[in-house]
Amino acid sequence: MGAISSFNDLDRYREEISSSIREDIPRVLICFGTGCQANGSVKVAEEFERVIKDKGLKIGVDLGVKTTGCHGYCENGPLVAIKPKDILYLRVKPKDVAEIVEKSIEGNEIVERLLYKDVNTKQVIAEYQSIPFYKHQQRIALRNIGEIDPTSIDDYILRDGYTALVKALKMDPEDVISEIEKSGLRGRGGGGFPAGRKWRSCRNADGDVRYVICNGDEGDPGAFMDRSTMEGDPHSIIEGMIIGAYAIGSNQGYIYVRDEYPLAIKNLQSAIDSAREMGFLGNNILGTDFSFNIKISRGGGAFVCGESSALMRSIEGKVGEPRAKYIRSVERGLYDKPTVLNNVETWANVPVIIKNGAEWYSHFGTENSKGTKVFSLVGKVNNTGLVEVPMGITLRELIYDIGGGIPKGKKFKAVQTGGPSGGCIPESLLDLQIDFDSLTDAGSMMGSGGMIVMDEDTCMVDVAKYFISFLVEESCGKCTPCREGLRRMLEILTNITEGRGKEGDIELLEELCDVLKWGALCGLGTSAANPVLTTIRYFRDEYEAHIRDKKCPAGVCQALITYRIDPDKCTGCMVCARKCPQQCISGEKRKPHTIDTEKCIRCGICREVCPFDAVIVE
Amino acid sequence: MAVDINQIDEIISSHEKSEESLLSILQSFQRKLNYVPEEGIKRLSESFDVPESRIYAMATFYKALSLVPRGRHTIKVCMGTACHLKGGGLILEAIERELGVERGGTTDDMRFSLETVNCVGACAMAPVVVVDDEYHGHASSSNVHSILKKYE
Repeated sequence: MGAISSFNDLDRYREEISSSIREDIPRVLICFGTGCQANGSVKVAEEFERVIKDKGLKIGVDLGVKTTGCHGYCENGPLVAIKPKDILYLRVKPKDVAEIVEKSIEGNEIVERLLYKDVNTKQVIAEYQSIPFYKHQQRIALRNIGEIDPTSIDDYILRDGYTALVKALKMDPEDVISEIEKSGLRGRGGGGFPAGRKWRSCRNADGDVRYVICNGDEGDPGAFMDRSTMEGDPHSIIEGMIIGAYAIGSNQGYIYVRDEYPLAIKNLQSAIDSAREMGFLGNNILGTDFSFNIKISRGGGAFVCGESSALMRSIEGKVGEPRAKYIRSVERGLYDKPTVLNNVETWANVPVIIKNGAEWYSHFGTENSKGTKVFSLVGKVNNTGLVEVPMGITLRELIYDIGGGIPKGKKFKAVQTGGPSGGCIPESLLDLQIDFDSLTDAGSMMGSGGMIVMDEDTCMVDVAKYFISFLVEESCGKCTPCREGLRRMLEILTNITEGRGKEGDIELLEELCDVLKWGALCGLGTSAANPVLTTIRYFRDEYEAHIRDKKCPAGVCQALITYRIDPDKCTGCMVCARKCPQQCISGEKRKPHTIDTEKCIRCGICREVCPFDAVIVE
Repeated sequence: MAVDINQIDEIISSHEKSEESLLSILQSFQRKLNYVPEEGIKRLSESFDVPESRIYAMATFYKALSLVPRGRHTIKVCMGTACHLKGGGLILEAIERELGVERGGTTDDMRFSLETVNCVGACAMAPVVVVDDEYHGHASSSNVHSILKKYE
């Protein structure tokens, strides 16, 4: 297929490819997200190809085995979906494949042992959409992920891909911006700045050259929605960027991708190449006089480069240090030219908004936070993975209805949102409606959408220390409050967790937080206080227990805990004694063992390997 | 260690000659030579007419780059929040004990370099250890040995 050179050509092309597809014939969709690949989905796909070929079944347009992006339910990978019946099989192994082909593809049966089984109700569910994890979701940004082969532009076009681009190119650029403004779309990277207003400021700024940038430097620990989108549906980002470029009058775009995401880089590059071949990128797009190109810029493993001004310096081939906020990127961004920077999820929303209209989009969400948000629900929760829900859903619905609650009957303690810039929200606020403003009011923030669930075994002082030590490493060192203030905070927190905390430490931490908030140069520093302030605000008693009683109530801080073997539970199986790296566990076979606490390094291996839960932490 | 100047020049000339390419050239050094050699910084400085100090600043700023040769395999222990909660720190300690090197170090036989990484975006399989490009999910301190033994 050569380049598509007019609007009508695209419609014709879509009809041509869709006429060759028969919806009633089974198709196999195998998840090739990072999680499922790690769990062996590549071997499963090979086995499908082999079995289907051996049986002489017709492959290709009739019976297609497709590899897709992440379905989100990573906990249960490798995932295999059978269309059109919409059966979802979990944890599929190569040895299961022959049975699936025989029963669900050739026949009309279901392989029950591979279906979803609810941990609480023991109910078995076959259809994708009925599984609680998916049932409560509203997939807009993730609309295509798991449904299409990310390396096939035809797959994207079949799902109405690039129709929004055609619609936008027929509109006046000003009207495209108005549509985005009316939709209420706010930036999904963390700040929540209205996207339309940003576009308009950039269009109105003085300058001959303008740039659009996609921030794919997803650095918040615990967030991986952008990774999934870049890997699983790269064209939606590209289409969003082309529309944005047309609206603000730009001819050059950049996608800045995190170094740790090689598959995202590969899939984006192949998507850019095929979009260029088809005429969606390049000169005179779809026969108009609008031209636009996209380059990928690969990050170098620096968290601060997720900050917009640092990211732009990094694209320019410089050290990625941020600059003061009073210079606005929409006026002087990349190469000091007017620049619009939005994150991956924001760009992926743009084509649907243009296609379905602002009114349709603004119908989801709350008064001031429209649309949906993708969250990565991880940590101590039963159903981990990526979920997309309308803004305004409560934390409780997200964690209990979709996430299935806390594993092993443990008690919920807190949920951390917003990455290192966010905070920990306690149980008393579980009925909080999630949107940009309510999370900020609670002392946390939306951030990029990481949602890390913590149970009673999590020490909140340790969590604060974790984030501060993360930020100490990632601080670029340019401004003093961040460079020095964070180090002092880490010292105090380390003292507290190692039993050297003293009265007044909490107040000193609060004071340092205040200095950071007002004095730091960029967002990394000004928000760095949040993990400390929220843990003090909601879990002050834990800090006090560490400082006054020299105890870690959750049993995490190594200097404040001891390991002991419960003689009633220990059967003397010797497993722990064999695995102990210090060889400090002694006892006779079939008799209770003991740990020499002097030699013990609290590595936790004995507790991990004990089949009888006999190792106690105090 | 002798560095092949031709290889360095080849890497440089395979990129577009614009300052935008600096970071990706340094990354190509890292990938193909396992580190950023001093000669590479010199050649880059000459051919781009950029001070060596600026390239050196980049090579030390970005964590993906190293000025000393790395081992044949790179172990990245994920220190993301989800992995931290599920014991990533204990796994790091177990690998340090197993290999006898601390984080950031390389074993004497150049078999492994041990690094930590702030989230690899595979939180659903936490805790995660990545060796080269292979992900090992649900890792534990007691199975560290069996994860590492297949890498020569």
